[in-house]
Amino acid sequence: MQPEFKPRILGFLCNWCSYAGADLAGVSRYQYPPGIKVIRLMCSGRVDLEFVLRALANGNDGVFVGGCWLGECHYITEGNYDALSMMHLGKKLLERIGANPERLRLEWVSASQGLRFAEVVSDFTNRLKELGPQNVSKLKLEAIRKLLPYIKLVEREKLRVRFESKGEYEKFFASEAVNRLVDELIADKLAVSQIMVLLGTQALSPGEIADTLGMAPSEVAKHLKSSARQRLVRFDVEQKRYALA
Amino acid sequence: MLVVGGGISGIQAALDLAGIGLRVFLVDKSPAIGGKMSQLDKTFPTNDCSMCIESPKFIECDRHPNIEMLTNTEVVRVEGEAGDFTVTLNRKPRYVNEDICTGCTTCFEYCPVQVPDPYNQGLSLTKAVHIHFSQAVPLVSYIDPETCLYLQDEKCQICAGVCKHNAIDLHQKPQKVEINVGAVVLSPGYDVFDPAARGDYGYGTLKNVVTSLEFERILSATGPFEGEIRRPSDGKHPQKIAWIQCVGSRQVIPGGNPYCSAVCCAYTQKQVILTKDHYADVQATVFHNDIRAFGKDFERYYQRAANLPGVRFIRSYVSIGKEIADSRNITLRYSTDGEGVKEEEFELVVLSVGLTPPKDAPELAAKFGIELDARGFCKTDPLNRIETTRAGVYVSGAFQGPADIPESVVSASGAAALCGELLAAQRGKLSRERVYPPERDVTAEEPKVGVFVCHCGANIGRVVNVPSVVEYASKLENVVHAQESLFACSTDNAQQIADTIRDKGLNRVVIAACTPRTHEPLFRDTVREGGINQYFFDMANIREHCSWVHSKEKEEATRKAKEIVRMSVARSALLEPLEEIDLPVDKAVLVIGGGVAGMTSALNIAGQGFEVTLVEKDADLGGMARRLHYTLEGADVQAYLAELVRKVYRHPLVHVATDAAVEGVAGYVGNFTTRVRSEGRIREIRHGAVVVATGAEEHKPAEYLYGKSGRVVTLLELESRIARKEEAVTSAQSVVMIQCVGCRTAERNYCSRVCCAQAIKNALLLKQLNPGMEITVLFRDMRTYGFREEYYREAAAKGVRFIRYTPEEKPAVEALEKSLKITVIDPILRNKLEIEADLVALAAAVVPSSTSQALSKLFKVPLNPDGFFQEAHVKLRPVDFAADGVFLCGTAHYPKDLAETISQAYGAAGRVVNLLSKNSITATGAVCDVDEAACVACEACISACAYDAIELQETARGKKANVNPVLCKGDGLCNTKCPTGAIYLNHYTNEEILCQIDAA
Repeated sequence: MQPEFKPRILGFLCNWCSYAGADLAGVSRYQYPPGIKVIRLMCSGRVDLEFVLRALANGNDGVFVGGCWLGECHYITEGNYDALSMMHLGKKLLERIGANPERLRLEWVSASQGLRFAEVVSDFTNRLKELGPQNVSKLKLEAIRKLLPYIKLVEREKLRVRFESKGEYEKFFASEAVNRLVDELIADKLAVSQIMVLLGTQALSPGEIADTLGMAPSEVAKHLKSSARQRLVRFDVEQKRYALA
Repeated sequence: MLVVGGGISGIQAALDLAGIGLRVFLVDKSPAIGGKMSQLDKTFPTNDCSMCIESPKFIECDRHPNIEMLTNTEVVRVEGEAGDFTVTLNRKPRYVNEDICTGCTTCFEYCPVQVPDPYNQGLSLTKAVHIHFSQAVPLVSYIDPETCLYLQDEKCQICAGVCKHNAIDLHQKPQKVEINVGAVVLSPGYDVFDPAARGDYGYGTLKNVVTSLEFERILSATGPFEGEIRRPSDGKHPQKIAWIQCVGSRQVIPGGNPYCSAVCCAYTQKQVILTKDHYADVQATVFHNDIRAFGKDFERYYQRAANLPGVRFIRSYVSIGKEIADSRNITLRYSTDGEGVKEEEFELVVLSVGLTPPKDAPELAAKFGIELDARGFCKTDPLNRIETTRAGVYVSGAFQGPADIPESVVSASGAAALCGELLAAQRGKLSRERVYPPERDVTAEEPKVGVFVCHCGANIGRVVNVPSVVEYASKLENVVHAQESLFACSTDNAQQIADTIRDKGLNRVVIAACTPRTHEPLFRDTVREGGINQYFFDMANIREHCSWVHSKEKEEATRKAKEIVRMSVARSALLEPLEEIDLPVDKAVLVIGGGVAGMTSALNIAGQGFEVTLVEKDADLGGMARRLHYTLEGADVQAYLAELVRKVYRHPLVHVATDAAVEGVAGYVGNFTTRVRSEGRIREIRHGAVVVATGAEEHKPAEYLYGKSGRVVTLLELESRIARKEEAVTSAQSVVMIQCVGCRTAERNYCSRVCCAQAIKNALLLKQLNPGMEITVLFRDMRTYGFREEYYREAAAKGVRFIRYTPEEKPAVEALEKSLKITVIDPILRNKLEIEADLVALAAAVVPSSTSQALSKLFKVPLNPDGFFQEAHVKLRPVDFAADGVFLCGTAHYPKDLAETISQAYGAAGRVVNLLSKNSITATGAVCDVDEAACVACEACISACAYDAIELQETARGKKANVNPVLCKGDGLCNTKCPTGAIYLNHYTNEEILCQIDAA
């Protein structure tokens, strides 16, 4: 019999609410699965997408972000709204590389909600059990990571929104307009980034690239053509392979 | 300074006094400080964990160089006068040497004598030798002489035998200590009403009738059932619980108390919410009289409790039916609105007991030469409730009369302000500073990490295999020392850690123990004692986040503890030394608002030697008090006000600006520059702190013919007319007052707090002028909390009619030819009443000042949803704002009466002086900084920073972002916006966090 799959979760908790909530879970002795480990930050708004990607690249099955309820942030910067945007954007990017967006989860836990913290962790663990071990390609995670400076610019220019409720954020990020925006501004770059990261390991033919990344050959060809024009890649005629320029 | 009583009020008074540079003796008769608050599970209306918010204050007291804590100590005698008291104290034997005991609880485990645990209200057992409660300060054992076998019959000395430190001293004798103090703050708190005396509601005979304080312990995770709600008779989870309000309060029968205890409505709602949190299907029933949700956010809290499924609030008196033999359930009889008297069975009955004066109040009064009032509480000045009848002796907290936690904290800070004024010349003379060894420069050294893994008694050790964690840690990269610790936070262990840092040349320290949220400051201090920068420290939380939450999975918990330590060790290697920033303090204060709150604050601050500018928007000082003439207790407000204004104008350090408005604010704590327009001229005022005392306004009603008929006035207008003894008022045959006009509505979902007492006051005045006058008060709930209840009763006795109405069926006012007709439907009898009246007075809501919005933006301080200013912490920082250097008092915070306003004004003054008596302010080093080489001046960080802490600055390499470390609060949001990683939050840099992620 195979040993039981115990998901590993890395949690990022803000000091003032969710970390305190996790402390209270302890004080109140609410039990939850031991697969989660926690990194304390001052504000959920400090959680960089890079942290999420790194945690997944390291093989964690899920990434948890805990913040104060909307309107209850300790700081007047109200970073928890930004954390919410970050989470939605992160999920979109994970989707684009074929990872299940549910592996990134954000919840509000106040300092008085010890029980809620325990419940949320238990629930997340159970969901990750259903999803099974995480096997997102590291290469694809790295491709997103490389794009982060650009993604931050796009976020600032096009996706910096402020709504009152979680529902409004959900609606906004599920909207046709946002999806189109991500497709137009990020999807292509992400594909190119993946190709670049892949070519960084070795020179490959377009077919090999398409197979490895699970992309349509025509799409690969399109990106290679434009990348070659920008002198990011070059075609090695002898080997009939593309390599980094 | 002497502070008597170590509850939350005494603690706050001690901290504030010590903060302004006075030496403080904090005396408590019990073995640990904490008072009643330490027994509460949660606090209303935020459901904050009571112990979690209070215990850091214990540690603060313990470590403050100006505070000497004397627990298990009583005052014997007080001689002398204000400025020079000689106080004799009796240090009762604790039979344990406080300096040696580590709080390891071995003695407790061996002690053969089981006794009811006073901390758990006798619901569980403890031993004759025990620690008062697990977070107690001082964390040392105490032997109860009443039950100890040796101290009774010289029969047992097991504890002395098992104590590894030889801390047990069964031959300790009481010690007399004489101290010299300039002033005294009495904060002895309260006792809870004991229903056993009369056997109210079967308490004492029926096992399943408990008091609310007992229920508080039942709810608590550290209580008798470890946070499970069980009932005393059989330990079953009760499914049907009833609360009975006003037990021992609002009763004019022998053994009862006539006053309202003011806190029970809210704490019962809290208990209902927490019970439903524990077990969602519990049916909770509250039998109440008026619902007195008069405090800030209480109205919403009440609605939250009342709207939970399975919760009923029933307005009825209750009597006990019987106890059912088999189940030991209890039946209660109560009256219903349509179905007559009903009898219903409950599995547990909670008596919401009131507050009484402390049992030893008469002795205390005799020792200190102060008077008590008729109820046995401290007799105070009617308008300054911090002053007792003896000069130099002040009172704070519930000894003034029933008070909740924030009120007790406010009066504590206020008492500190009054002491500060009295002893201004002494400030700083006896003050001590902590001296730390010089900091070793370790920048050139390789990381040398020391790991200390705490057992926390059994809290960690029982679940996590500590020795195996130590062994694992010792093999991690950079670790040069790893060891166990029984209680890393105990004084001797902390000392040992500091010694080890020096002896082994450690330059990084990881302590695997509890949560950094409570213990990081303490261990940073330890690290400083060890001679290295305090930021070379990281805490691995293996208690709250491990042993306590995985207590049934010991192996997994041990594995996780190792991984948590691994993360900490990895992170610690990258930690950088950081300098805390010392900022100079401009020792001047701006007080905004020239009402009673602002003037009182200004005078006290000036009295302590600081320059004050008092800014008033009107042409005259006085604010709302100009419209008040009497208080409920009979004080002459105008005389008081005139004297106050005179003092303000005559004080050389108070500068008054009238017709003034604040137009711009720059700077930060210690260094503000504010632009004030006064009488057409603009002035720039430099100041270190600011008090917002902008007051509130009277709502202009749009209903009940207000503004249409001259016979309809507001309560304030009525008061002025009474003061002028207007013929139309004095000769009126009939006056009707309508309560809750414009508040407790969907639009203003709060109670204006002062109107019920105002109505009673005016009714009594009218009755005095014209005893034959017919006065009717139409109310929803009479909220005459505290001692105001007695005046309510007096009014009723004098024939004032009180008729309840519901918001669904509001009264109607019609104009007749020479009078008004008021129609109201009695909600119980369901009949329509018509009253003819010459005058109708409306209790118009108290609404936030029109200037609040603008000030909120200028000083970056928040407003609550109702438009009143939002303090930093509802319970423990009631006059501070989250923004440093900005303070709050008076009705700008929430409606309150004159005495409450004055108390809060002193409270704010106390906090201001606490800040300004320091020569510099220390700001955290964990703030942002910019790597200029990487900065592309895209301003992404600037757009994210609501603190305006970042600016572009011209450098040799062009424009670059620059962080003002004083304004930066260290949340780090800008880091995630920066596309190049140029801006970084010290102590939480990308590298440090990524390193932790990699080690996870």
